[in-house]
Amino acid sequence: MTQYDIAVIGGGNAALCAAMTAAEAGARVLILETAPKPYRGGNSRHTRNFRCMHTGPLGPLVDAYSEEEYLADLLKVTDGKTDQHLARLAISRSEECLPWMQERGVRFQPSLSGTLSLSRTNAFFMGGGKALVNAYYRRAAALGIDVLYEAHVTHLELSGTRIERVEYNHAGVTHRITPKAVIVASGGFQADIDWLTRAWGPPAQNFLIRGTPYNRGVVLADLLEQGVDSVGDPTQCHAVAIDGRAPKFDGGIVTRLDCVPFSIVVNKDGERFYDEGEDVWPKRYAIWGRLIAAQPDQVGYVIIDAKSIELFMPSVFPPLKADTLKGLAEQMGLPAEQLCATVDRFNAACGDTSSFHPTELDGVATEGLTPPKTNWARPITEPPFYGYSLRTGVTFTYLGLKVDEHAQCSTSAGKIANLWAAGETMAGSILGQGYLAGFGMTIGTVFGRIAGQEAAAYAN
Amino acid sequence: MQTELLQEARRQAEICNACRYCEGYCSVFPALHSARAFSDGDLTQLANLCHNCRGCYYACQFTAPHEFDLNLPKVLAEIRRDSWESFAWPQPLARRFHTHGGMIALALVVGLALIFWAIRALGSAGGDGFYAVLSHNAMVAIFLPAFLLPLLSIGIGLRRYWRTVGGTRIRIRHVKAALSKAARMTDLAAGHGEGCNFEDEDRFTHARRHMHQAIMYGFLLCFAATSAGTILHYVFDIPAPYPLWSLPKLFGVSGGVLLTLGCGGMVMMKRRSDQGLGDVSAWSGEIAFILLLGFVGLSGLVLYALGATGLMPVLLALHLGAVLTFFLLTPFTKMAHGFYRLAALIRDAQRD
Repeated sequence: MTQYDIAVIGGGNAALCAAMTAAEAGARVLILETAPKPYRGGNSRHTRNFRCMHTGPLGPLVDAYSEEEYLADLLKVTDGKTDQHLARLAISRSEECLPWMQERGVRFQPSLSGTLSLSRTNAFFMGGGKALVNAYYRRAAALGIDVLYEAHVTHLELSGTRIERVEYNHAGVTHRITPKAVIVASGGFQADIDWLTRAWGPPAQNFLIRGTPYNRGVVLADLLEQGVDSVGDPTQCHAVAIDGRAPKFDGGIVTRLDCVPFSIVVNKDGERFYDEGEDVWPKRYAIWGRLIAAQPDQVGYVIIDAKSIELFMPSVFPPLKADTLKGLAEQMGLPAEQLCATVDRFNAACGDTSSFHPTELDGVATEGLTPPKTNWARPITEPPFYGYSLRTGVTFTYLGLKVDEHAQCSTSAGKIANLWAAGETMAGSILGQGYLAGFGMTIGTVFGRIAGQEAAAYAN
Repeated sequence: MQTELLQEARRQAEICNACRYCEGYCSVFPALHSARAFSDGDLTQLANLCHNCRGCYYACQFTAPHEFDLNLPKVLAEIRRDSWESFAWPQPLARRFHTHGGMIALALVVGLALIFWAIRALGSAGGDGFYAVLSHNAMVAIFLPAFLLPLLSIGIGLRRYWRTVGGTRIRIRHVKAALSKAARMTDLAAGHGEGCNFEDEDRFTHARRHMHQAIMYGFLLCFAATSAGTILHYVFDIPAPYPLWSLPKLFGVSGGVLLTLGCGGMVMMKRRSDQGLGDVSAWSGEIAFILLLGFVGLSGLVLYALGATGLMPVLLALHLGAVLTFFLLTPFTKMAHGFYRLAALIRDAQRD
């Protein structure tokens, strides 16, 4: 059996960046990916871009995006809960990553239709994250990296300040290997609904998991049990409001619904519960995950009318549709009388809508209504009426391994000599809450490369 | 057209339209993303824009075993063929060949028999070269209708297509845009210009694009050779046979070589590709068609090489029989795709 210098646990972007970097430095690398080949790549399969600092036009990116502006954007969404030292490291190294990615087969495309606001800050992968993952696996094969799919790592034996052994199951057999160094890049624990429920409470049973069903946090739990330093609030997860008909796992990008600002949203009793027009959707979709989670049965219902049906990105499944609100209520399983009463109250509170503007905070608000709708408040009057159900969709969890600027893990006794972490599993070291589009891939790429470099240097 | 196929394509297109990750690959996605709902005509147009490069399939996070089970290259290939069959005229021939490679082989036998019969029955009135086997007038009498009737048939089919996809008045710039894409086959190169995914899963190569270009340019050169011969014959009164350094021969030999190699290479590549990402039921029809087209090229080359030997009459009959079969089957085989693709690209240029 091959004696590997480095075992990389996980098979997504961070794992591949680490593995390629280490192999290019001469290390013998094994990737242990828990998913079968069609599902390889973790949540990277579902990504679409990479947020990248740049001092001038770079690849598909226009103008410039400075370190300071990038950091300011990050601090805004995390409300300051950011490790600024590590965040600056990720941001400042992101610029050199883009050509590095291109050299390894990643191709970029112009900002997708409907995402023009990102053309300066985010480089979109042609074909999306799975195409990126495919390119990296091809590159990994060319570098002689071995990849084992459906290899379920169950235990890393920590002895003092070293990982002595890696145990994994493959094809029903338990294997024990003793690589010189280990890199953990196996994501968060959001696909383990029991763990999520322990952290969040019973409502988590009704959450949908937007990404891979394979991020069950097995290695994370194993390391935390052995006293490896952790970071991040276990009760925190990034949760957004998505189409209630989405699959339990792996629905990805397509399950998003952008129609809330043009709607009223009611709970299963037909009652509104929050200002749908508080801000533009990209700034609000993340709080709606929590709002829906707080409603009975963790479900919400969006109601719009014919005026608004073309104002948002198309949905993955067609909306429910009826000529009357009563008919729509029946289709959606909502109490018709309550819904009609709620809509009537809302309509009566709407005022002058002549300054309605779908992409700006237009101040078209309700008057004397609780809760108010402070923008885009137009009466729901024009048939046909359309409806969607909304559920809480979890993107990732924040609890993870604490790393330093070398991506190295530690215990209370100090550094673990041969253990590094990259990607979602250590993203909590940088992000305390909130999320900035494309930053996950930045963390994965930058820290994957650092981990690969450090582990290879140690192994050599 | 088959409603269940269209319904399946609609389901998939709606998922694609909510994702948009593949926007940069080819002409299909910008067209798809410009719509909100997909009529049968929209789906027919998208299907004929698709070149089955498979880039979107290998990039897709929603392919089987995912429950969304997306396979856009396959469903569009099925709709594409269904559209050619639905628009074809006359209808009794529409569904006989695309999915029946054996029928194409049988048609070749019939075509060969017709030529042998013509040689025996009509023979020659003492011309030179090939005309010593079959007179020029007899050839014209056979091939003029065999050329014009399929053209008429394709024209009727294209008209039906144009109506279905809601095409408007065609302007020069639409045609220029379409020809520019077709000439370079940009839709087989992906947005990054590195080719398509075909013979080795998600690896991008230009192999298929180059094979396809060899076939297309080979065919066009052969067609140019015949046209040049016709002009020399009627306009300049210079009848065949022509020397090597003449337009008909220069076009014909280079075209024949390209056509033969391109078809041979294409069949080998198709055998290595994943059949499940294409129109499985048209597999035999596609292979038989490519072999027929390759045989047209090869038999022409052999005829040229051995034209001065005693084998010439047999070789001539084989070549003419293959050409006759190829012409007559044009509206009912994969050959139709060239016309529909160009129409789809013209229609797509009208979107801007």
